[in-house]
Amino acid sequence: MRHFVIIGVLVILVSVLTYNGIQASHLMPVEASAQSIPVDWMWNADMAAIAFLFALIMVPLIYSLIVFRRRKGDTSDGEHIEGNAALEITWTVIPLITVVVFAYLGAYTLGETRVIDPNAAAIRVHAMQWAWHFEYPQGFTSDQLYLPVNKQVDLQMDSSDVIHSFWVPEFRIKQDVVPGRITEYRITPTLIGSYKVRCAELCGTAHSYMEAPVVVVSQSDYDTWIAQQVKAAAALLNATGPDAGKALVNKFGCLACHTVDGTPKIGPTWFGLYGSKVELSDGTTITANDAYIKQSILQPASQVVKGFSPMSFNAQALGVTDQQISNIIDYIKTLK
Amino acid sequence: MKNIKPLWRGLLLLFIGALIGYVIGVALDFLVMKAVNFSAPVGGLFGLLGGVSSFFFGLIGYRWITRGLVFQLIGTIVGALFVTGIRFILGMDVFGDFFFTEPAWVFGGFVGGLSFLVGVGAVDDWFKWAMGEETSEHHEEPSGWERYFSVSLDHKVIGIQYTVTSLLLISIGGTFALIFRTELAHSGLQFLTTTLHLFDQNGLQIYNTLMSLHGMIMIISILIGIAGVINYVVPLLLGAQDMAFPRLNAFSYWIAVPAAVLLLSSLFLGGFDTGWTGYPPLSARAPVGMQMFFLGVIFAGWSSILGGLNVLATVLRMRAKGMTAFRMPIFVWAAIATSLISATATQLIGLAFQLVMFERLLGMGFFDPVKGGDPILFQHLFWFYSHPAVYVFVLPGLGVISELIPVFVRKPLYGYRWVAMSSLGIALVGFLVWAHHMFASGMNEYLRVPFMYSTLLVAVPTGVKFFSWVATMWKGKIETPTPMLFVVGGIVVFLLGGLSGPPNATVATDLHLTDTYFIVGHFHDTIFGGFVFPFFAAIYYWFPKATGRRMNETLGKIHFWMMTPSFLTLTLLMMRVGLIGMRRRIADYDPALHIDGYHLVMTICAFLIAASVFIFLINFFRSIKHGEEATGNIWNSRSPEWQVPSPMPAHNYDHPFEVVGEPYDYGLAGSQYVKFVDSE
Repeated sequence: MRHFVIIGVLVILVSVLTYNGIQASHLMPVEASAQSIPVDWMWNADMAAIAFLFALIMVPLIYSLIVFRRRKGDTSDGEHIEGNAALEITWTVIPLITVVVFAYLGAYTLGETRVIDPNAAAIRVHAMQWAWHFEYPQGFTSDQLYLPVNKQVDLQMDSSDVIHSFWVPEFRIKQDVVPGRITEYRITPTLIGSYKVRCAELCGTAHSYMEAPVVVVSQSDYDTWIAQQVKAAAALLNATGPDAGKALVNKFGCLACHTVDGTPKIGPTWFGLYGSKVELSDGTTITANDAYIKQSILQPASQVVKGFSPMSFNAQALGVTDQQISNIIDYIKTLK
Repeated sequence: MKNIKPLWRGLLLLFIGALIGYVIGVALDFLVMKAVNFSAPVGGLFGLLGGVSSFFFGLIGYRWITRGLVFQLIGTIVGALFVTGIRFILGMDVFGDFFFTEPAWVFGGFVGGLSFLVGVGAVDDWFKWAMGEETSEHHEEPSGWERYFSVSLDHKVIGIQYTVTSLLLISIGGTFALIFRTELAHSGLQFLTTTLHLFDQNGLQIYNTLMSLHGMIMIISILIGIAGVINYVVPLLLGAQDMAFPRLNAFSYWIAVPAAVLLLSSLFLGGFDTGWTGYPPLSARAPVGMQMFFLGVIFAGWSSILGGLNVLATVLRMRAKGMTAFRMPIFVWAAIATSLISATATQLIGLAFQLVMFERLLGMGFFDPVKGGDPILFQHLFWFYSHPAVYVFVLPGLGVISELIPVFVRKPLYGYRWVAMSSLGIALVGFLVWAHHMFASGMNEYLRVPFMYSTLLVAVPTGVKFFSWVATMWKGKIETPTPMLFVVGGIVVFLLGGLSGPPNATVATDLHLTDTYFIVGHFHDTIFGGFVFPFFAAIYYWFPKATGRRMNETLGKIHFWMMTPSFLTLTLLMMRVGLIGMRRRIADYDPALHIDGYHLVMTICAFLIAASVFIFLINFFRSIKHGEEATGNIWNSRSPEWQVPSPMPAHNYDHPFEVVGEPYDYGLAGSQYVKFVDSE
């Protein structure tokens, strides 16, 4: 009996200490969305159960190892206890009930994260190896996701190549982006700040670097940003020359793989590219002129630079026009 | 050459063979590419095959495994040339980026794998039967250490072959992990940079290949490791002379060897960047290495299916007199549960990979949305095996824990029937939970709730095991030699793995956790607790039975105390960085997450674990010859195999035994589990 009292006290003590230890370690990032509240609530419920179960097994285990260790010179066996059906039923039925309760809580909190606001603005998200593009209903595309605070947005996501996954750790929720279908991601940002969307499904060579800024701003800042972008997009539509090219390069996220300072990344650098002799993987050499760069943008696998791997990058999916390509080439010409 | 020890002769030839193979490969590459490429894929591949075949040639000469490997090499080339010839006649491309074209490599790899089986002699008796020739019941086998490199039908030899192969693969997979763990010690790319070029891959691609191969090589080493323990122990526990189908048993082992070679060859053929899950469309676009990975898995899958069937037949038909279902040693129940899964679910991963293989070779768009396919269908097929597979990995380990605790606690296993049924319970519920890997996949979202219920249900039989273990230890007389240390370590680590499971099951939290390092930590805890720790416990425990000598206790304890704290630190930190924002399977992470320090500690822990396993390997191989003699019942166990002297005789028990009592009646005066028939 004495053993059980000690164990009982220790289990309570260790559970409380474990739970508080977990809470004090601040395991989760900040809560930056309405959806993160039910997620963190569920997490805390899980942690409470875990702390208790951890204590319930570890305390008697360590206690037994110390108290019931074999003393020197003792060669006798332990007590002949074969089991106890009532106890077995108890520790089958109680966990069963707990499991059902937790599954109910899991379903309930899942429902909370999926509350739909019919007025949510829809933004299209295009994922590709290895960049994110955000297409706003106002008619422009950005490589940054600006969101107004405290408004639900409905991200309609698609992929032009392989499976990606949209994850902003501060928002908690994750949703895969699957080629051939549109997946939905509804989020209500609640905390103004800068975050990052990080692709969470292995998507090939540069998966690690498939990140894009997510900026949560006040409604007025959001409106200003939208107005700026609409204006810039209109200006870009008819603009020509290197500055327009530079803006397009940023917009399309080309610099996820290429650099403009001479260092190779996933793809070859653009520094000093125009007019240079490029050695291809089939052993031939070609001069980097307009035709070569255009073909490399539209069909990157057709002329692979020696030392680099053929990429399945799909420029058509971005809707690049001939004029835009010529602007980008104008920009590349300036990189010397 | 004759005076040199075979091992040194083998190692010398390993270098010579690897060099010759490499030079031939680079020369062939030069003939096709018209340019010298010192990191040519074929150079690496031929170097690997040449080196491994030469090593075994030096060790045992041109017979058995050497002959198998040479056959595999020749078979691969003949198969590839066959397809290349057909392509030539049809006017298609004859050579590809990796010397041969992809269809040529696939057919060559397949023919090579089958040729290995012919070369090694695993199908000799069946061929003879087909020709109407008689073969002897116990066929001729070399004696001494050489028989471990030959096709033996003795389940004990096969068990040891499996176990040593598993240790070898664990070392290879672990080395891969150390390489990419070192890369992760700091943010930014350290040495796997984009300017590195090796076997047609840059640093990031090498990272992805090593990370993916680490996963699958470890999985195969686990399948082989559990097959090793089951093969060695189960017939002894049942009182059987051998497994039900000894030739099939040998076949199951030997088919795993070309599987390992195929898997490793993917590293040289452009690698693959999909992780061990091989999700399309990514896997439909990966280099030829992907196909070698698929072939390797399919071959290893055959091994697993046939091995599972053999265990089931053995347990059903070959138990000693009086061994009723509930008088079987508890490990046998675990072996049944795991074999039920591996014999019936493995087909699904083979199918899933085969469909991708056909999609790549023949343009069949099973998973290609452009052709009306669906990428998510693959995930269902894949996880229908790959979730139950996790229970294949851990059930035998949990069986080892249940089997050993009573011996070292000197008490009956608490609630034997409940523990036995919990293994079956886990196996059966395991078939109903697969889609919990897909909560964020985009499948029908209402499916998430039923799969959450079934997943959480696994906690119930798992809980029964934990409660029973603790209750068995309660009021025992606990001794802690090395095997028991690993049992206790296994319980603690598996507890952490089990407890970090429910947050992945409750869907809302999983949407944050899935595809992060939290999962990586959780998974490694379950596998180390459910397989690695019990596997080491089993080796330390049954080593004297196999060799008549015991492993060094001091080294064993150093192994345990070095590995356990390092491992716990490693996985708890994995979970921590995962919650902060560290995604799975990335070669580099954002320094803004401020997790560089954690990663450095994790890398140090990984090296400590590797060092402890190295100590174990030294202890293991040294003790075979130099260990302290231990021919008696050194653990004072009631189990039948310990009632006869070690090492075990060739055909097991000289006299059959009869079961006359309960297996774990420790502390009951005068009770007996088995009685040898003429020991009156």
